[in-house]
Amino acid sequence: MSLPIRVLLAKVGLDGHDRGVKVVARTLRDAGMDVIYTGLHRTPEEVVNAAVQEDVDILGVSLLSGAHMTICPKIMRLLKDKDAEDTIVVVGGVVPDEDVIPLRDMGVKELLLQDTTPKEIVARLEKLVQERGPR
Amino acid sequence: MSTLNKMDPTQLAKQLELWEDTEVSAFLNKQPEREDEFYTLGGFPVKRTYTALDTKDIPIDDIGLPGQYPFTRGPYPTMYRSRYWTMRQIAGFGTGEDTNNRFKYLISQGQTGLSTDFDMPTLMGYDSDHPMSDGEVGREGVAIDTLADMEALFDEIDLENISVSMTINPTAWILLAMYIALAKRRGNDLNKLSGTVQADILKEYVAQKEYIYPISPSVRIVRDCITYCAENMKRYNPINISGYHISEAGSSPLHEIAFTMANATTYVEEVVKTGMDVDLFAPRLAFFFVCQADFFEEIAKFRAARRVWAKIMKNQFGAKKAESMRLRFHCQTAAASLTKPQYKVNIMRTTVQALAAVLGGAQSLHTNGMDEAFAIPTEEAMKIALRTQQVIADETNVANVIDPLGGSYFLENLTTQYETKIFEILEEVKEKGGTIKLIEEGWFQKHIADFAYETALKKQDGQKPVIGVNKYVEEDEKADIKTHPHDPTTADRQISRLQNVRATRDNDQIESLLNKLLEVAKDETKNIMPITIELVDAGATMGDIVEKLRTIWGTYRENPVF
Repeated sequence: MSLPIRVLLAKVGLDGHDRGVKVVARTLRDAGMDVIYTGLHRTPEEVVNAAVQEDVDILGVSLLSGAHMTICPKIMRLLKDKDAEDTIVVVGGVVPDEDVIPLRDMGVKELLLQDTTPKEIVARLEKLVQERGPR
Repeated sequence: MSTLNKMDPTQLAKQLELWEDTEVSAFLNKQPEREDEFYTLGGFPVKRTYTALDTKDIPIDDIGLPGQYPFTRGPYPTMYRSRYWTMRQIAGFGTGEDTNNRFKYLISQGQTGLSTDFDMPTLMGYDSDHPMSDGEVGREGVAIDTLADMEALFDEIDLENISVSMTINPTAWILLAMYIALAKRRGNDLNKLSGTVQADILKEYVAQKEYIYPISPSVRIVRDCITYCAENMKRYNPINISGYHISEAGSSPLHEIAFTMANATTYVEEVVKTGMDVDLFAPRLAFFFVCQADFFEEIAKFRAARRVWAKIMKNQFGAKKAESMRLRFHCQTAAASLTKPQYKVNIMRTTVQALAAVLGGAQSLHTNGMDEAFAIPTEEAMKIALRTQQVIADETNVANVIDPLGGSYFLENLTTQYETKIFEILEEVKEKGGTIKLIEEGWFQKHIADFAYETALKKQDGQKPVIGVNKYVEEDEKADIKTHPHDPTTADRQISRLQNVRATRDNDQIESLLNKLLEVAKDETKNIMPITIELVDAGATMGDIVEKLRTIWGTYRENPVF
């Protein structure tokens, strides 16, 4: 039997909208994943350090404040600095269509936007880990 | 045949039974109903139809008349027959100048009150050039660092002639101080200013999650706002006790009201402790609720909220004045009900919700823009949202009769069920150790997260239909929408004004005032407002004040539950 997928869910910056991230946390936990949730108002540094320390497969960043184009590049750069580029980064929340391609270009593997169903979230994350292969 | 009010219950029960056995049964044999059981969005079971049997146990005094205790039918005796509700579209983005332009546009389109949204750094007490503010300046609301920004925000707007609402919480007292300082500079009479500052910190810990300090000093600040306004600003609402965010964070409509009432009573207790008479400040306590999609449930919810509040103020706090017992509320349609797919349908959702708010007796209303699932709204989206209210007011005649649904068997029954359940929850909160203890334990937060999770599952399996999302989906839909653009020069423009203020003020004076602030903060019997007004008038930034107090109060950290 393979180990459960380990996920760190994070709220970065000043954004306090946590309805979505909590629904996702519970969904993933119910699907058998190991879920750590950072709580609110974290810095990119705190989040990346936690992801590295906890050796997670997936780092999920929830952003509804519109600051994703500032915060995501910082996270991707910090992961690289820490040789943790194989961490799968996904973003959830509110992201305008025009930002989707730039985010993917910087290495965000998946965008889970409004009204993505719980089942679909689980399926997409499982697929990403499968595609990455064993570490 | 007996008349409606003389109907004999036994006879009616028989008639009902017969109807079930004959007409209903015959129809059900031909075609079953859509569901085995029907529920409101909040989970209350609803019957096929309602009769006088469902209202016979409701005391007639609980329903009463508009403007009369317990205000079930409305806070005022004439309601919209004298004046429509205040049409108050919220606005805020960029710098003070940017939002000032939007304000002027909305006023020119017939809006009758102003409402201000602030950006995240302002809400959380960071100056625009703080590292935590990076990427957030002027994005979700207007950026305010100093009194100079406030001057720009209200440029050419007469504060004595329009009511201004400010949606801000942990830093509310600083914004209120800036508002007062601005009014004083302009020579306005503080007792002529009308408006509202949200300042409802308890629901922040519960739902919206904008907080700075631990709960106790934060509640003390709210207390100070309330007592300051009671003594100095007779027409100003120093708090807007809000269910809206509790609902948007995922709660049921029942918990929205019950938790709001739990918070509200906590504030009243805190102010009463200072020795202030309840009738001195209670008349200015204002509320803010969401209007969700379940039409009748929402109307019942508003009516029940008024009744519950009236009874609490009278029985629990011994209020004597009618004004202390009547609940007045601002209402906003439900942002969480808006969808990206087929976004124009959002206009219809908002219209129905707005109608329920009006039939529920709201004092002011914000209707959401159709594009708010994408970004903050454009001018065009706000215009249509405002027109929605104007159509309801001017074209439908619904405002001509007060509480037109009063007396409806269904609605009165649901109103009373709501009242009963709200009081049960308040009793439970008391038994479990009170509001603040339960916030610290995550009790409210857990209820909200549970309902949010249930809602997500119901949307997934289609039990909760959402047009365009899980029903009537257009697979190849392309959104042809122009959203509100974020001006990339915003942060630079904002920071340059901030730095200019810092360069031109008397820094020694600021330093000595900040030390005085610390002394006031340490003495709980003192009010924090006057020194804060002095500080902002002297050019202190929001960050100066917030950081100084952080040295004694620290930072609140939530232990999240999901």
